[in-house]
Amino acid sequence: MMSKLGTLLCAGAAASLLAAPVAAETLTIATVNNGDMIRMQGLTDDFTASNPGIELEWVTLEENILRQRVTTDIATRGGQYDVMTIGTYEVPIWGRQGWLVSLNDLPESYDVDDLLPAIRGGLTVDGELYAAPFYGESSMVMYRTDLMAAAGLEMPDAPTWDFIAQAARAMTDRDNEIYGVCLRGKAGWGENMAFLTAMSNAFGARWFDEDWNPQFDGEAWANTLNYYVDLMNDAGPPGASANGFNENLALFQTGRCGMWIDATVAASFVTNPEDSSVADSVGFALAPDTGLGKRSNWLWAWSLAIPAGSAKVEAAKKFIAWATSKAYLELVASNEGWANVPPGTRTSLYMNPDYANVPFAAMTLESINAADPTSPTVDPVPYVGVQFVAIPEFQGIATAVGQQFSAALAGTTSVEEALANAQQLTVREMTKAGYIE
Amino acid sequence: MARSTGTLRKATTTLVAWVIALAIFFPILWTVLTGFKTEAEAIASPPSLFFFDWTLDNFVIVQERSDYFRHFMNSVIISVGSTLLGLVIAIPAAWSMAFVPTKRTRHLLMWMLSTRMLPPVGVLVPIYLIFRDAGLLDTRTGLVIVLTLINLPIIVWMLYTYFREIPGEILEAARMDGATTGAEIVHVLVPMAVPGIASTLLLNIILAWNEAFWTLNLTAAGAAPLTAFIASYSSPEGLFYAKLSAASTLAIAPILILGWFRQKQLVRGLTFGAVK
Amino acid sequence: MPTQHSRVTARLMMTPAVLLLLGWMLVPLGLTLYFSLLRYNLLMPGMEQWTGLDNYRYFLTDPAFLDALRNTLLLVGGVLVITITGGVLLALLLDQAFWGRGIVRLLMIAPFFIMPTVSALVWKNMFMNPVTGLLAHAAKVVGLEPFDFLAVAPLFSIILMVSWQWLPFATLILLTALQSLDSEQLEASEMDGANSLDRFIFIVLPHLARAITVVILIQTIFLLSIFAEILVTTNGGPGTASTNLTFQIYALSLLQFDVGGGAAGGVIAIILANIVAIFLMRMIGRNLDA
Repeated sequence: MMSKLGTLLCAGAAASLLAAPVAAETLTIATVNNGDMIRMQGLTDDFTASNPGIELEWVTLEENILRQRVTTDIATRGGQYDVMTIGTYEVPIWGRQGWLVSLNDLPESYDVDDLLPAIRGGLTVDGELYAAPFYGESSMVMYRTDLMAAAGLEMPDAPTWDFIAQAARAMTDRDNEIYGVCLRGKAGWGENMAFLTAMSNAFGARWFDEDWNPQFDGEAWANTLNYYVDLMNDAGPPGASANGFNENLALFQTGRCGMWIDATVAASFVTNPEDSSVADSVGFALAPDTGLGKRSNWLWAWSLAIPAGSAKVEAAKKFIAWATSKAYLELVASNEGWANVPPGTRTSLYMNPDYANVPFAAMTLESINAADPTSPTVDPVPYVGVQFVAIPEFQGIATAVGQQFSAALAGTTSVEEALANAQQLTVREMTKAGYIE
Repeated sequence: MARSTGTLRKATTTLVAWVIALAIFFPILWTVLTGFKTEAEAIASPPSLFFFDWTLDNFVIVQERSDYFRHFMNSVIISVGSTLLGLVIAIPAAWSMAFVPTKRTRHLLMWMLSTRMLPPVGVLVPIYLIFRDAGLLDTRTGLVIVLTLINLPIIVWMLYTYFREIPGEILEAARMDGATTGAEIVHVLVPMAVPGIASTLLLNIILAWNEAFWTLNLTAAGAAPLTAFIASYSSPEGLFYAKLSAASTLAIAPILILGWFRQKQLVRGLTFGAVK
Repeated sequence: MPTQHSRVTARLMMTPAVLLLLGWMLVPLGLTLYFSLLRYNLLMPGMEQWTGLDNYRYFLTDPAFLDALRNTLLLVGGVLVITITGGVLLALLLDQAFWGRGIVRLLMIAPFFIMPTVSALVWKNMFMNPVTGLLAHAAKVVGLEPFDFLAVAPLFSIILMVSWQWLPFATLILLTALQSLDSEQLEASEMDGANSLDRFIFIVLPHLARAITVVILIQTIFLLSIFAEILVTTNGGPGTASTNLTFQIYALSLLQFDVGGGAAGGVIAIILANIVAIFLMRMIGRNLDA
């Protein structure tokens, strides 16, 4: 009886093994629910048409849930996903762990040298490219040209923080619900801390000194946080401590912000007349500085990577090469127009005369080029990353620090207290993790 | 005279009750309405309650982007499956607690309920590892197992309280007639306890349908239920209130409609032994 | 009097449920206990080492721990107070005769069917947002400054949100209990000249005591592990103003991927939950056996 069953099972297994090459291979792709990825999902047919035998299964999740899912899965080798969408924060950490498949052997036609150097650098560990950028972004100032003119000011291409503060206070008109500047305040390492870390770079602050000692007790951070809280109290919208990217986007699109300093990808939303009531009066400028040599702009790229140990590496590579290729950009352009092309990954895109007509193209490229993840701060640091520190502990620490800064913005704690708490908890966590004694 | 004060009183009660009911229901109504707006209208100021350009676009987009029916079927299979499996395990247990009680019965019940207090986040990694090795990740079977275990204490307790109201003599009479314990439960107890079992069934389907931690963290593509469907519409870059509302409407509608149709089971049956 | 035979059968009948729950409790609990003694971060594989009670020390000395403990109790207590008070009032209302009672009842129980994540997303974005939210518009219409719920009163806002979800549950149980009240007893007291407040305090409320304990027990079980609502709305902030224990464990386990620390937090949460359970057992035991 048992042996009969065994024979049957063996036969079945053999049959399925034999059948395998014929059957379609299904790639499960985990990705973020942002517009560019949704568009990619919509173009699935273009990929499957030219790659018969590969089918695509999409898992589209909100950013935080996605990160939680893919990190759990890759760290436990759960094997649920064949392609993962991850950011410039994860790639260096995971690459160093040997969790990702190297993409150095992508075909010649992929033209890897065409990738923007700043972005490519952020995705490479020891000469191995571990993820291919799907879209890249920096941050910049978006402002209302009409309100700026009404305030009698003119935005320079590369403003200083003092100019931003002056303009923000001049543009604020609380009775008409117009607030001079909208900035992130919602706690989270990818929310207010992305903004504040990038901002602090311009003020000469840094997270850690070269021996990993936290620096929140220094003057530079006090200057940063005081400047930010004062400015938001004078010229920010109510409830700013709960505002992240989306909340500010909604405010800007409904005409309530004079200026907004945030991700360059926001430019395509605020200039889209379908969703934005201010689409025809938006201008762009570089993120501000204070003359110390660093600007307040960050660098991020949502990228596609293959977890090590995947059984479908070849198919996954084909998919990644398709989704991050030059041809994909043209495909999107022909379907949805150049303004909707995923930005910030390829030099050739910015050489393209059609793309040059897009109002925010030049400023996006300039912003990306102005960020240097390997040398993000005025004083030297032991870490990589502009608006983050590429160590595994950062997510947790920065979220807790973000809570403190969010509380300072809400006025429930003072700036001094928030910084003292931030210093204390960072020292604690870094001690626990063994960086410092 | 007496009649008119009675009417006045009834009219006042009616007014108060309706105002409160509408206030409680309003967030749901608003969500459904927002699902029919464009994204720009959804954040418009001042907002409009009914007078906007009604559109079905959001529902079309949502269906195109994520296969609603697949998620829906997964939700149905997981919630109904786990509830039925739970009932099969719980009925005998509740029988013995109700009809053969010991000194420890109450402690046992409380202990069962206390397993429900285990914070799921703390045990995700161990469970994930076990599921990986058992090949249960992203399977409906895996989710049925987890949700059964989570809701089992509630099911046992609810059944226990219903069974206790059934006079033991009837069961004993059946036993005298030579019925085995199994037959006694299937042919005598269960038919008598149908209303209670129905309430238990309904409550647990609701709980399982809305469970959003395990269903999200143990699935990828194949077994993902509606809770995962919702997670692909919350907080993307860009405007999302209208699409989120449309997706939410689709995710809550089945269970809301089921609950409304079977509200009798909830209104009469939700006692947890609170009524003697 | 059960026979020896039926006792044995009874044991057998109970076995599957008990064994399953025992397994469900012991396996994760055992693993959690084991992990809680390790330095184990998911993001740094191969670095696991024995650390003794370090994880517990860090969790308990975390300045956020006491806040989290307080917030957990406030959250559970606040929701219980609101849902029970509201539930009693609504049950009394629904017990009256009025036009459209069936529909009113349907509308009132609806929030119970809503997924917690959906409810949190809707409340946060479409109601409590101080600029685009409906409550802000309403405040402006009557000439008030919009109130910034989630920044100024985060825990209270979450309590409101959760109460909205659980109010129907309390109402339903209390209503069922109310309907089982002996009307003769009420009428007799009316004859004796008791006014309606007296009747409520001396007859209705004691009658509802059992139902109220049941509501407390069931809701506490669910409320202790609330975290989706916090994650979606405030992320535990500002500061630690809305961090409860479950959220703190979440932050450790799934933001820092510190499995060891998260496990230690889990063990502490289980101990605290059991203390609560013992209290509840005392209370409910008295009321249920009576």
